[in-house]
Formats: sequence, C-alpha cells, structure tokens
Amino acid sequence: MDIKELLKSVTADQMKKRIPQFAPGDVVKIHLKIKEGDKERIQIFEGVIIARRGVGIGETFKVRRIASGVGVERTFMIHSPLIDKLQVVKHGKVARAKLYYLREKTGKQAKIKELGRDKLLQLQATEVKAMEAEQAQSALEAAQTAAHEAKAEAAKA
Amino acid sequence: MKSIYGKKIGMTQIFDENGKMVPVTVVLAGPCTVTQVKTQEKDGYSAIQIGLDEQKPKRVRKPQLGAFTKSNVKPFKMLREIRTEGGDTFTVGQSLGAEVLEGTKWVDVVGVSKGKGFQGVIKRHKARGGDHGHGSMFYRAPGSIGASSDPSRVIKGVKMPGHMGDEQVSAIRLKLMKIDTQRNLLLIRGAVPGANRSLVMVKASRRGGK
Repeated sequence: MDIKELLKSVTADQMKKRIPQFAPGDVVKIHLKIKEGDKERIQIFEGVIIARRGVGIGETFKVRRIASGVGVERTFMIHSPLIDKLQVVKHGKVARAKLYYLREKTGKQAKIKELGRDKLLQLQATEVKAMEAEQAQSALEAAQTAAHEAKAEAAKA
Repeated sequence: MKSIYGKKIGMTQIFDENGKMVPVTVVLAGPCTVTQVKTQEKDGYSAIQIGLDEQKPKRVRKPQLGAFTKSNVKPFKMLREIRTEGGDTFTVGQSLGAEVLEGTKWVDVVGVSKGKGFQGVIKRHKARGGDHGHGSMFYRAPGSIGASSDPSRVIKGVKMPGHMGDEQVSAIRLKLMKIDTQRNLLLIRGAVPGANRSLVMVKASRRGGK
C-alpha cells in the first residue's frame, strides 16, 4: 500500500462518519462529555464558529461565546470522542473564513445575519444529497459483502 | 526476544483512551522471515537472522543467494540479527511481525538519523553564537578552541563544525500506543529517529516504569 494511504488508514477508525454541515458564522451547540470521578455527564457549549481549519483527524474549529460578559473562545477537535453531539442552531451569513474581527465588536455590532432562504435550501439540498450518497455507499458495500459471502459459500460447496 | 525490525511510515495523531490527542509514529513491523537460527553450541551465541523486503534472485550476490537457497527461504534486501535467549524456539522460514511486541508498554526505537550535512557549531553543538549588531562581526563562529602556548595544541574532543546526522540514534522509553497485528503496524508515541521509509529496530524497553 502507498505510504500516505497507510498513514490515513491508521486514523480511519477514529474518524466520525457523519459530521453535520457547518461553517464559520454558524451558531452551534456542542454536547461535551465531561467525566467527574467515575460519573459522566453532558455539558453544552453554545457559541458562534469563528474558524475552521485542518484536514483529516486533526481538523478543528473555534467557537466564541460571551459568558457573563467575558468573551470565551474554545477550540475543539471535530473528531474528538469527547464531543457527543454537534448541533447547528443557526446558519450565519458571513463574508470571510475567519471571524476574528468579532473580538473587537460588542453588542449589536457583533451580531451575524442569518443565511438567506435560498442559501439555506441549497445547504439542505446538499445535505440530503450527502445522506443519499452515504446510503447508496453502505448499500453497495452490503451488496458486495453479500456477494463475497455467496462466492465463498459456492466455493465451499 | 521482544524486538523486531520495521520501516518508519510517518507520523500522525490519534485519540487516546481519555479522548486526548497524541502524536504517534507509525512503524510497519516486518513481516520479517527467519533466515538462520544461531545457537550457543554452534556459533557461540544465540540469535536469529531475519530478512526484510523480498528481492529478485538476480539482484542478490551469488554466495548470498546460495545461503538463501540452502535454508530454503526467499532472497531478501536486508538481513539483520536479533539476539535471543536460549529458551526461545525459532525455525527457519518462520514469519515474525508486530505480534512479537504484544503486551509491551514501553519500547526503545533505534534508527539512523536524517543526514544534515556539514554543519556549524550552532546547529551541531547548540553553541550560543555572538550578539549581532554594533559591528560585532562575531555571529555564528565557534569562538576560542583552547589556550595558547601551553598546551600549544587543541584538546581532543573540542566541539567544532563538521558532519551532522546520519548516525545511529536510539529513542528510549516511548509508549507503545497500539499494536495492529493484522496489518503489522505499531503506533509509537512521539517521534522516532530517521526519515520515513527508513529501517528502524523496535524493542521492548528495559526501562519499564509505570
């Protein structure tokens, strides 16, 4: 196998299969698994995505929120097992990939407009498409394994 | 015998059991084939000779090819020896892979470091160098290499510019994060000496620890 593919295959089993569509400007709710002693609970961090970077298992995104008057930014690993669920609350309309300018803005200036109806519909359409492609892929794989097993059976008989 | 030769594939990251991201080096362990078993009685010490990477017969020197055919194994590009304790039993032709290190937590990795060419004292010996500016004219030079008429010579071992890298380096006590016996892969925490695709030896560390 090619050396690069071999490297990728090492992390393949830790990558999340389904990641919701999200981009800078979106408001998200992140369900985090928090361990306290031997108990585990879920904590929600809600805020605006201000950056998304990286590829593969090292992909991360930054979320900014105002917590009791203080700006708080956290970086999360997209494929982290500590993230239980990622929920997109609102799709925002922004003109750049990194929203670091929000740090200097407060109140109404820090507001992000929501994505227009057309763009939202487009997003939904691509999501549906992705889902269908995924289903088709899994169906194909199932068929392949079935065919493989049938062959093996035939070979046995 | 808890050591194996393999190839450094490259570095990546994985999540550990606590969900923390850790850097790992991927090593393709073998599969190595035992080409000769050396014993205390016959050779004065016990070891196994292993071959890595198959080679076309016509590319192997004839005396070596003779040795391969005599022990009835395929010709290999690389041959290495691993010392064994007398108790272990190995047979010629046996294939060894990542499973050799099963149950091991800490490993040492021996490899040949990347060649850096002819380097000055700052890169090679971590010398500090002079302060720039105000016409100091002393930037990356080695400085004094000794006293004057007594001893009238340079003491042996003074750190000077020269060839750096391309030498055997051991990385000691690295955590073995994961063993994939099916694909013969070892995931070792942190960096390992050498370039990608280079030969490395991975052995169970004698410095166990917790």
